[in-house]
Amino acid sequence: MIKIFKYSFSDLMRSRWSFIYLGFYLLLGFVLLFLNNDLSKGIITLMNVIVVLTPMIGTIFGVMYFYNSREFTELLLAQPVKRSVIFLGQFLGISISLTLSLIIGLGIPFLVYGLFRSGEIFNFLLLLIAGGFLTFIFVALSVCIALFNSNKIKGFGYAILMWLFFAVIYDGLVLLSMMVFADYPLDDFALLVSFLNPIDLSRIMILLKLDISALLGYTGALFQRFFGTSLGFVMSWLMLLIWTSVPVLLMVRIANKKNF
Amino acid sequence: MKARFYISLLSLILGSWAMSAVRNVCRDCDYDNLAQAVQHASSGDTIVVAAGSYISNGLEVIKPLVLLGKPGAILDGDNQNYVLRILSDSVVVSGFSIINSGKSYTKDYAAVYVHGTSGVQILDNKIDNSFFGILVEKSKGAVIKGNTVSGTAKQENQAGNGVHLWHCDHMQIGDNEVFGMRDGIYLEFVNHSDVINNYAHNNVRYGLHFMFSNHDAYVDNTFESNGAGVAVMFSKWIRMEHNHFIDNWGTASYGLLLKEIYDGEVLNNLFQQNTLGIYVDGSTRVNYIGNTLRQNGWAIKVSGGCYANAFTANNFIGNSFDISYNSKMNDNTFNGNFWSDYSGYDLDKDGNGDVPYRPVKLFSYIVNRTPETIVLLRSLFVDLINFSEKVSPAFTPDELVDHSPAMKKFQ
Repeated sequence: MIKIFKYSFSDLMRSRWSFIYLGFYLLLGFVLLFLNNDLSKGIITLMNVIVVLTPMIGTIFGVMYFYNSREFTELLLAQPVKRSVIFLGQFLGISISLTLSLIIGLGIPFLVYGLFRSGEIFNFLLLLIAGGFLTFIFVALSVCIALFNSNKIKGFGYAILMWLFFAVIYDGLVLLSMMVFADYPLDDFALLVSFLNPIDLSRIMILLKLDISALLGYTGALFQRFFGTSLGFVMSWLMLLIWTSVPVLLMVRIANKKNF
Repeated sequence: MKARFYISLLSLILGSWAMSAVRNVCRDCDYDNLAQAVQHASSGDTIVVAAGSYISNGLEVIKPLVLLGKPGAILDGDNQNYVLRILSDSVVVSGFSIINSGKSYTKDYAAVYVHGTSGVQILDNKIDNSFFGILVEKSKGAVIKGNTVSGTAKQENQAGNGVHLWHCDHMQIGDNEVFGMRDGIYLEFVNHSDVINNYAHNNVRYGLHFMFSNHDAYVDNTFESNGAGVAVMFSKWIRMEHNHFIDNWGTASYGLLLKEIYDGEVLNNLFQQNTLGIYVDGSTRVNYIGNTLRQNGWAIKVSGGCYANAFTANNFIGNSFDISYNSKMNDNTFNGNFWSDYSGYDLDKDGNGDVPYRPVKLFSYIVNRTPETIVLLRSLFVDLINFSEKVSPAFTPDELVDHSPAMKKFQ
């Protein structure tokens, strides 16, 4: 597995797109900090960007890489190597190289602007970890989609749709249903639905840091317990772990059964 | 003739000055308790109390005396009654540690109780474990300065207020620290008074509470982590300047509540990380100038019946919601404020943005109607609907616009 991971990792690290991705984050970080010159405000803006962007990049990269390296994969399958090893290796290759681009791309500008001298280091780490998790989750999901569809165009379409669903449509549906059922007690529902979407989940973790004062404005007892104590924080991390492991397991399962 | 008159006057003054004796209270002095000394003292005397603990059960002061506590002088109420009852003009109480007043559900026991006086001074005392700290009724021109009032209140109905003034005039409350009480400072029917440079924190209800009080000012105070910062209710001509309202969190919590306020001024205050920065309910002709509202849940929430309020040159920085309205009506003006969410441009370089700013978002309207939707805060979908509402307002007051938003933060 390490060998396959090394191959796909070095393959991706040399690809143009990784550098473009890295360059984008470098530029974003420097421009944000140049305009604000304030680390904490830069982090707030970055949170909005990361929650939407890392899933998208992860999805597109995952699908693209899988289809592109299909011949290489088939070649590997002919060798006496376990299938789960092949796919896990490739999955880790994509995810880790993307996460590395994220960490380096954002880390350098923030280091230059004095991250260690400010009290924001914890928030910044939180941001990077959330971004990393989102990358892992969405790469796994998109590889699953690619495994399901051998038609490239179809697979690509579904992957984009999946991203759109989690990033935008899901929240729209939630908002709509909350407004329709406004007369019913909704706080359990509100927390539950945000746990069922990894993007919402990371967004809430970030809210817990940033907008805690607004979240405490609502009177629900469950909300109070969830947001007022560390319970919310711990639960969110746990759920993100589950969100990462489930698509990975699904991917391995499909890969084992699929007839190439 | 004239000269003789002056000489006699001088001798009278000197005589009365000489007569005002100093009486010491300590274990082996002439008096070993304060009550005895107060009883034997004549008007204008000074009583100096040495270090040590003295039981003081509802001690009445009915002559103008100066009571000075040396460091370590403790007046202990023994959990029974008022500790000191001051019923005379011009009494000075200074430097004591006053503890353990009675607690009651029918009587307002206090560490220092003042009734029907003028010119009383309560200075540099430390009051602890009492029901009310300093309770002043029907008095004029008192000075309450440099005191520390602390308690361990948990519930509103089982605690008294730190400094409580009722039916007073021309009062000065300065440099006090109040924590762990119900209200830090409470003023009811108090006119022409100043509350300056106090620090009220961790109180169960409000840091400062005004009821039916007119022509007052509170300046340079800090209100931190109280149930709610300051509540100003049913009062007119109140000036609120240079105060800090910090970290007042909770479901019904705010930095500043203005209920039925007319002709007030809210100037150069700082509101930071409150659930609600300013909650305006039924207030009219109040000017908000030069305030900084930073990282609050809601910077300003405006409820019904608010007319002719002016918000000018304030900083709105990083709040989850800048302004929230519960109706489509608007009679208030927002002009020349700095909004950190503003994304317009300034082509003519006059320092004001060329595109008007709409501080009320559609999402704040939705959250008003369905509070649980708050979990969708900062989601991409919410940004999208906010944007569409910005382009063509349908649910938010469409005349609520800042026509000249500032491009740069006010210092």
